[in-house]
Amino acid sequence: MDRCYIGIDLGSTTTKAVFIDNQERVLGRGITNSRSNYELACQIAREEAEINARFALLGQHLEQSKHVGKHSSSLLKWLTCYYHLAQYLRQLETLRSECLGARKHWNSPEAEAEKFTQALSYIFSEMEREVYDEFDPEKRSESDFFRDLASSAYMRLAEQVSMERGLSFGRLVGLFDGAILRTESHSFAGGYEEYLEFARTKTIQAPRFAPFADDITEAVAATISTTFNVVNTVGTGYGRLTLPFAKQQIRSEILCHGLGAHFMFPGTRTVLDIGGQDTKAIQVDKEGIVTAFQMNDRCAAGCGRYLGYIADEMNMGVHQLGPLAMKSSKTVRINSTCTVFAGAELRERLALGEAREDILAGLHRAIILRAMSLLARSGGVTNEFTFTGGVARNEAATTALKKLVIENYGDMVINIGNDSIYTGAIGAALFARRDPRGVMADLEISKLKTDPRL
Amino acid sequence: MNVQQKIQKEDSMIMQKEMIAGHFENLARATENGKKVVYTFVPGNLNELILAFDMLPVHPEVNALQSGMRKMSGDYIQEAEKFGHSEDVCAYVKCDIGMMKKGNIGPTGLPLPKPDLLLLSYTGCFTFLKWFEILKKEYDCPIVLLQVPYQAEGKITPEMRDYVTRQLEEVVVPALEKVSGKKFDRDRLKEMLALSAQAEDLLVEVWNSAKNKPSPIDAYFGGVFYIGPIFTAFRGLPECVDYYKALKAEVNYRIKNKLGPVTPEGELNDQKYRIVVEGPPSWPNFRDFWKILTDEGVVMVASTYTKVGGLFEDGFRHDPERPLESLGEYCMGCYTNHSLPARVDILEKYIKDFSADGFMIHSIKSCNSFSAGQLLIMRELEKRTGKAGVFIESDLVDPRYFSAANIKNRLESYFQMIETKRPGA
Amino acid sequence: MKVETIIKRCEDLYDDLDFNYVKDWKEKNKAGAIGFMPVYAPRELIHAAGMLPVGIMGGGDNLEIIRGDAYFQSYICRIPRSTIELGVSGRLDFLDGMLFPAICDVIRNLSGMWQIMFEGKYIKYLDMPQNFGAEGRRFYLTELAGMAKAFEKISGNKITPEALNHSFGLYNENRHLITELYDLRSQMPHKVKTAELFLLMRASNILEVGEHTKMLRDYITAISNSERPERDHVRVVVTGTFCEQPPLTLVKALENSGCFIVDDDWVLGNRYQLEPIAIGDKPIEALADAYLGETVATASRYVPGPGKGDYLVRQVRERKAEGVIFAAPSFCDPALLDRPMIQEVLARENIPYTAFKYAENTGQIQVIKEQTGTFADSIKLWGSQ
Repeated sequence: MDRCYIGIDLGSTTTKAVFIDNQERVLGRGITNSRSNYELACQIAREEAEINARFALLGQHLEQSKHVGKHSSSLLKWLTCYYHLAQYLRQLETLRSECLGARKHWNSPEAEAEKFTQALSYIFSEMEREVYDEFDPEKRSESDFFRDLASSAYMRLAEQVSMERGLSFGRLVGLFDGAILRTESHSFAGGYEEYLEFARTKTIQAPRFAPFADDITEAVAATISTTFNVVNTVGTGYGRLTLPFAKQQIRSEILCHGLGAHFMFPGTRTVLDIGGQDTKAIQVDKEGIVTAFQMNDRCAAGCGRYLGYIADEMNMGVHQLGPLAMKSSKTVRINSTCTVFAGAELRERLALGEAREDILAGLHRAIILRAMSLLARSGGVTNEFTFTGGVARNEAATTALKKLVIENYGDMVINIGNDSIYTGAIGAALFARRDPRGVMADLEISKLKTDPRL
Repeated sequence: MNVQQKIQKEDSMIMQKEMIAGHFENLARATENGKKVVYTFVPGNLNELILAFDMLPVHPEVNALQSGMRKMSGDYIQEAEKFGHSEDVCAYVKCDIGMMKKGNIGPTGLPLPKPDLLLLSYTGCFTFLKWFEILKKEYDCPIVLLQVPYQAEGKITPEMRDYVTRQLEEVVVPALEKVSGKKFDRDRLKEMLALSAQAEDLLVEVWNSAKNKPSPIDAYFGGVFYIGPIFTAFRGLPECVDYYKALKAEVNYRIKNKLGPVTPEGELNDQKYRIVVEGPPSWPNFRDFWKILTDEGVVMVASTYTKVGGLFEDGFRHDPERPLESLGEYCMGCYTNHSLPARVDILEKYIKDFSADGFMIHSIKSCNSFSAGQLLIMRELEKRTGKAGVFIESDLVDPRYFSAANIKNRLESYFQMIETKRPGA
Repeated sequence: MKVETIIKRCEDLYDDLDFNYVKDWKEKNKAGAIGFMPVYAPRELIHAAGMLPVGIMGGGDNLEIIRGDAYFQSYICRIPRSTIELGVSGRLDFLDGMLFPAICDVIRNLSGMWQIMFEGKYIKYLDMPQNFGAEGRRFYLTELAGMAKAFEKISGNKITPEALNHSFGLYNENRHLITELYDLRSQMPHKVKTAELFLLMRASNILEVGEHTKMLRDYITAISNSERPERDHVRVVVTGTFCEQPPLTLVKALENSGCFIVDDDWVLGNRYQLEPIAIGDKPIEALADAYLGETVATASRYVPGPGKGDYLVRQVRERKAEGVIFAAPSFCDPALLDRPMIQEVLARENIPYTAFKYAENTGQIQVIKEQTGTFADSIKLWGSQ
């Protein structure tokens, strides 16, 4: 592969990586949860992005191959799914040995401990059995983080086992909690050749794809042999200072966000990003260079965290808030600008008999009003306006925002980036490409533990 | 003393430390030496007048800021809050009250004497009124108020001047006479005012030196040391003039050798950004804050905080020919006694005169006099100068309100922005 | 007139953030209107120039802040935000001038912000004297004279001694009726509901003085003849609400929690002088002397020496109150710095007290209600002495 560049956005909840080529085309994107170890998170996101780039290449190879033609997209879906299955199986194996390893350190009587060992064996064999169904390419649509997938299966089985065999559910959970952390400290992407081979084999076994076996084998081989010539990497985000980078390879998330938003929507002049921990209002020029910005003050009201707090108060998932608020017919005014007080006000409104959806609509409006203040402080809103960050995926928030922006600043183009979670990483990758100082380094991989069996 | 021959980089710093330590020693021994003590505020202080009556001044804000720098303010503030003071209010007041409740040991570890007089110069800060009402309940001594009218219309009117002068003549001087037992010596005051004016001339030259590139001074972090003698117990004394002569000589030396100011991280010669600052520092985090900026290569070329005890660049000098009138004008000329539009003008002028790359507003929870309206100041400055500012928040002495990571993040973004916006970047 | 009719009128005025009464008044009288912030402003001077003084006490809990927050950090109280909101949304365009009396640094700086944001309007920072002697008097006289000149210019009317004396007469009468209303509430707190008194006081910020006096008179007559059941509440004085006003819901909640409020300090400027302003041939001097002389005590007025808290203790004794509620706006330096000093005096006098903070748009009434309810119960159980 020709020269390519990486941008990494080390956020407080997720870490994102993006590969771009010399023509500033996005090659691949990767995301992982940030964990407590930023360095590891960033390594894994980078690997995910590389795999994502390889799959993009694979898609191109398939499209260009003699026979595949119109089948390329469904074929790619199968290959991707089996690829993830292979990786999942490998992760599951590591998780199993971590659980068993932890069990060995118990001081319990042997007979008692043995019961747990057997329970674990049962749980994991069930998980492995179920997973083939989970990763059926005909049914599967999205990929989840390993942690989420494994934990829901494990918990369900552990609950069943603990009831059937009279074992402590808490102890089983404890084993899992420790093991998942240790498992996540391994990198699994290094086994990609093996997974691709697995995916290839499984796929060509399907009668419908058997006729394309040669094309598939060729495309997979070409993909595996590709190397990425990474010439520069730039890091950004909350944890950027913990990156093993030189100072000149680090950019503030404000600059990256501005440039990233400009890349996605070249007409952008004002950017609003509402993330988990902070809110940013950014003004950019026609080149995407930041000319002014404001961030929320020490008060957390108006950040994604505020919604998290409200979700806890209402005993709901944070992703359920927006859809419920959309059902509102009248917006209850929430006056408390303080996150903590908003909880009290919420309870009081509920006690007064206000509908949950109306209160939630009010809370979403309250968040957006805070953002409006930041926007005003940064210099107002100018066409085009781009809204990014986790809260941009919440329909109630975007609805409230659009209304207020238009009321206060007039009609204009409002972009809501579906892919906006990568905005900062894209900006960072662009800075990496445009760095006048030229060639820098890729990440230092040595610090990372690889899968012990690779 | 021939200061020219004695140039060492930190000479003035040593001088200053000795002066201040000496003052606190004098205060500790005030009772045994039969010296009367006046508690009074820094902005618009009547130092020469107090000294002319052979009395010693104690400045509660200086004690508070010193406690902050010595990281004792957190305990003091919590002590005051135990006595019912709200978390919402000015932490300088609470720090001072906490210190008093814990035995009134001053910043150098020596006890502070009780006041013989509370001289409440109500200049540029409403909280001063409350602060001394509180002290009045603690100390059985007379209190005298000097109300200094606010420059709401952007100027000192004859009525305002008349009001302050009359209060000085008819209220303040008689109170000082009564407490000190001494007759007002107008000639002695005049001599001191002449010395004040000399020191003021020198200080203005020091501030103006920041127009050089590289700037030989840091007008904010370094600046708070430079204002020490002139804003407190020394204005009007010969040693104050000596200090500014020494400082001026050092500055000249640095200009000649193209040297930057001395910071805790060493000499800042490679100055990447020239910044104007509005708002006081955060004392408990003074060093960390300075370091964050030094690491970025930032030099502060002008600041408003260092004008809380007088601007002087506008031409004002204490005037021996008009002793009480000029003392009154001095009180009215403090930075925080200027209207918001006037403050915008001052900052705009700084940004232009000192060829700044941008400006930083350090907004302080404790001080509404500074902080209320700063967001509008920022907006106006951005509009008028075309330069973006950076807005950060913390507190004067309350360590609970300083988030280093947050401030660092914001400042880094800001300087990277300036860098990317520079022509040819 | 019926109590309900009068109170309905007050509520309409209270809720109307577009100040339609003032706009209509200006139209009908072809005259100007001058706004003023808390606590005290010399309304008589504005009135004598033929203009309407309009008390601007923020936006309350019915105003959504869309632009005002952009101007203030989170640690600044609420009233300047909502006042800016009123201003930038054009709701105060009808004012021909705005007075910012010295109360704290936030309101002082707001006057400068107003100068920048509403250039061309008459904007006056009213540097109230804190020196109550001859020097302060002299200065205040020049301030009043300056304002009188400005009002003459805006209105086109000369402020004659006759006109000023006439205004004194009307405002003296109004203050007299306010005193009567407060006395009546103290005597029959079950009849004069605190929320009604609050609304009547808020109306005094808007209505032309004669109309307000008539309203007070009607209310006093109507309420004296009304039948309302006696209730077993404790008698308390509320203090700290002199600037940013508590929302009406909070005022109601205090009474519903079991407290008869027998004195308070909301809308304090409209009953600031305790004595009538002297009518005579030097009215400007009389106006100044009334301010410098015997007035209410409040945190924005300097107390030079002992005597801090005396006024409140006197209120408690005269109104036979059993306790004090300190209700201070969040981040209000004057009220909150005063509080420990006054609490010390109350403790010495064995007067029970409780304290909370609020904002003009406070959304958590229940929490406060529980607190004051418990306070009332504890007084009932153990008494105040």
